[in-house]
Amino acid sequence: MLEVFIFATLNGLVTGLLLFMLASGLTLIFSMMGVLNFAHASFYMLGAYFAYSISLYFGFWSGLIFAPIIVGVLGALVERYGLRRVHQQGHVAELVFTFGLAFLIEEAVQFFWGADTKNYQSPDLLDFPLFTLFGQEFPAYRGFMIGISVAIFIGLYYVLTKSRIGIIIQAAITHPHTVSNLGHNVPLIFMGVFGVGSALAGVAGVIAGPVLTTFPGMAVVLGSIVFVIVVIGGLGSLAGAFIASILIGLLQSYAIASNLGMPDLLNLLGLEFGRDHPLTDLWTLTLPQIAPILPFLLLVLVLIFRPTGLMGKREQ
Amino acid sequence: MLNVTNLHAYYGKSHILQGVNFNIKEGEIVSLLGRNGVGRSTTVKTIMGEVEPQGSIQFKNIEIAGKKSFEIANMGLGYVPENRDIFPTLTVRQNLLLGQKSDASSSRWSIEEMFGMFPNLGERAEVAGGVLSGGEQQMLCMCRTLMGDPELIMIDEPTEGLAPKIVEQVAELLQEIANRGVAILLVEQKLSIALKISHRLYVMGHGQIVYEGTPDSLMAADDVRAEWLEV
Ligand SMILES: Nc1ncnc2c1ncn2[C@@H]1O[C@H](COP(=O)(O)OP(=O)(O)OP(=O)(O)O)[C@@H](O)[C@H]1O
Ligand SMILES: [Mg+2]
Repeated sequence: MLEVFIFATLNGLVTGLLLFMLASGLTLIFSMMGVLNFAHASFYMLGAYFAYSISLYFGFWSGLIFAPIIVGVLGALVERYGLRRVHQQGHVAELVFTFGLAFLIEEAVQFFWGADTKNYQSPDLLDFPLFTLFGQEFPAYRGFMIGISVAIFIGLYYVLTKSRIGIIIQAAITHPHTVSNLGHNVPLIFMGVFGVGSALAGVAGVIAGPVLTTFPGMAVVLGSIVFVIVVIGGLGSLAGAFIASILIGLLQSYAIASNLGMPDLLNLLGLEFGRDHPLTDLWTLTLPQIAPILPFLLLVLVLIFRPTGLMGKREQ
Repeated sequence: MLNVTNLHAYYGKSHILQGVNFNIKEGEIVSLLGRNGVGRSTTVKTIMGEVEPQGSIQFKNIEIAGKKSFEIANMGLGYVPENRDIFPTLTVRQNLLLGQKSDASSSRWSIEEMFGMFPNLGERAEVAGGVLSGGEQQMLCMCRTLMGDPELIMIDEPTEGLAPKIVEQVAELLQEIANRGVAILLVEQKLSIALKISHRLYVMGHGQIVYEGTPDSLMAADDVRAEWLEV
């Protein structure tokens, strides 16, 4: 039981940190533009595909460095020549634009790389068990995923809270006019933040591709959960996004690992149902089967009991 | 240094500035006076590029109408808005840092010097700006703009709602700014400090300049004060 718990926690952490790598950029971009970027997870997918292609010729590590840079530049261009123009037409137009972009990227990925799953592999260098516990192995690659996420977040935290540019970004998000009047080029700052946010999503794609498989539907699969996280955490709140990411990562991981079925739970409650009961399909559901809908269940609960999200501020 | 010629501005369809003309020379303290709603704030916002200008605005002989706010600020035009827009979650020191330009070393103002002048701010250097009193926020707002080392600073109603003692401090800071060779455009409704420190004054009414003079000439012009200033 203990080993199940430990491994589920570690795997939950891997997922949670990965989710936060997407959610952090999405929530930052939301606080700047006031609009959810539906194409955010598409940048994650592009990260995985670019890294796959680069890795074919130059190996995994080149992909890890160059794919996020390419994705970041693409993101900045999208902001500069797409969103900034659409922005004048209002939030609905922006929303529709990002929606369209998400479809466009998915189609483009299918066009260039095909609809099948790509054989994008983690590097041989990390192909060994990091440690063995109770006879079970924890792959080094997962340890690497945790390490790189934590390193990036610590770096970002320092830049955002301690550096001059970080302070300018914070102020520009809440008071763009005032910051502009002090001589800072706010549109350039926003483009930069959009680019870095996209690059972060790209990094997530690069390191998740080998584990979660690289296929044209990967943006939709993870994207919906990332939206849930940003809403649960409170739109615009980095701390909230962090808590919600880890929470959902762990929750899903525990649900999958628990291998409990509805009958077990109902028995725990002292209830018993016969095999021929009309709702028998429902009673025989197992927690691993329910795991994928848990985030959405949590979303509904949070929206009912705390509409602003865990750390969200009330709208004025 | 600043030459505004036939400046018009609109909010939607309402024609707010209807041909404003005035100028400020190097190192001069000039006040822009007028009743509520005549368009004084709109004038400075339009100069700053926050409201779209029509007409000519020359700063240091360069046309700035149509330029972006940050470009205008970087040319040496400082602006302190009337709403005391400090960054409430950032510390006092961070607020001041935000005012600095990238080449802060050549600035005639430094953060430590500001703290010396205003011990109230110095003691709260690491405190969030949002917890300061109204007067302290006004000081912070002015100091923040000064950190960017402007050659002309436009200050919109710095004394509004402040206690007389703080108004006195604002007046002292304005004097200090002028002493360092920075020109000032002071937007005010009350005559009190404007008469005391200004070299020249403009009075605005209904989107136009209706009077130009010195403190002495305005004091003598009872009819102007009665028609355009007194409530
Ligand atoms: N954002 C805006 N949209 C529409 N009308 C505005 C806006 N801001 C100001 N106005 C109008 O423009 C006119 C001039 O406003 P402005 O703020 O320039 O006045 P003011 O002289 O600074 O006076 P005060 O600061 O005492 O209100 C007013 O009639 C005001 O109602
Ligand atoms: Mg005003």
